[in-house]
Amino acid sequence: MTPKGVSLNPNSRKTKFARRFIFALSRMRNPIPVSSSIEEEVRTRSHKIKIAAYLSMARAVGSRRAWSRALLFKLRTRARRHNMIIRRRSFRLKKKRIIKNDPQGEPSQTKKLRQLVPGGKTMDMCSLLEETAHYMTCLATQVKVMQTIADHFAK
Amino acid sequence: MSSRRSRSRQSGGSRPITDDQINDLVSKLQQLLPEIRERRSDKVSAATVLQETCNYIRSLHREVDDLSERLSGLLESSDTAQAAIIRNLLMQ
Repeated sequence: MTPKGVSLNPNSRKTKFARRFIFALSRMRNPIPVSSSIEEEVRTRSHKIKIAAYLSMARAVGSRRAWSRALLFKLRTRARRHNMIIRRRSFRLKKKRIIKNDPQGEPSQTKKLRQLVPGGKTMDMCSLLEETAHYMTCLATQVKVMQTIADHFAK
Repeated sequence: MSSRRSRSRQSGGSRPITDDQINDLVSKLQQLLPEIRERRSDKVSAATVLQETCNYIRSLHREVDDLSERLSGLLESSDTAQAAIIRNLLMQ
């Protein structure tokens, strides 16, 4: 049985992503409410879902692409730091790293693009454009799959 | 032919980055953008393509945020067994 709107090539990026993402969703059980308000809980869960989506997509792409590698690294470092804080309850100062791009006559939009694409800050122009193209297609796929899932739940 | 000094040689091979290569990649990006594709104009500058790309990526990020919120609300109200059903459907 084919659900409408989903193509079933078993090895496609879309299917890989959908599988991982849905698995992550199914693992999110209803915990005992820790926080007082309902909105807070909805917010943290939506944050978890968002992270799961990006993580699933990055894993589906694998380490073939610079942006997926950078994204995986960032998410894992953040998760590690998050766990450390919870366990040790230590206050960590967030150091703001100043990245200086030596201006080589790059258009000003390049700087914004570098901030949007994971790992874009240390890429050369060619790689940045290639990675951007791939990242955009993957993001569009991610959005489409999430939309399909949400529509399915809403019925 | 002007070649740009590349800071980090990650893309193996020591080729100088030419303007033509950049233009090639920019036009490839242009094809992916939903709005510019409809305009079909050759006069779209690289700056416009980059700007539209930034806007598009930002709008995609926003959509992911909205969908995550929507899913979070839906996940609470419905049974998570449904998710397992979807998974089985996809695994066929």
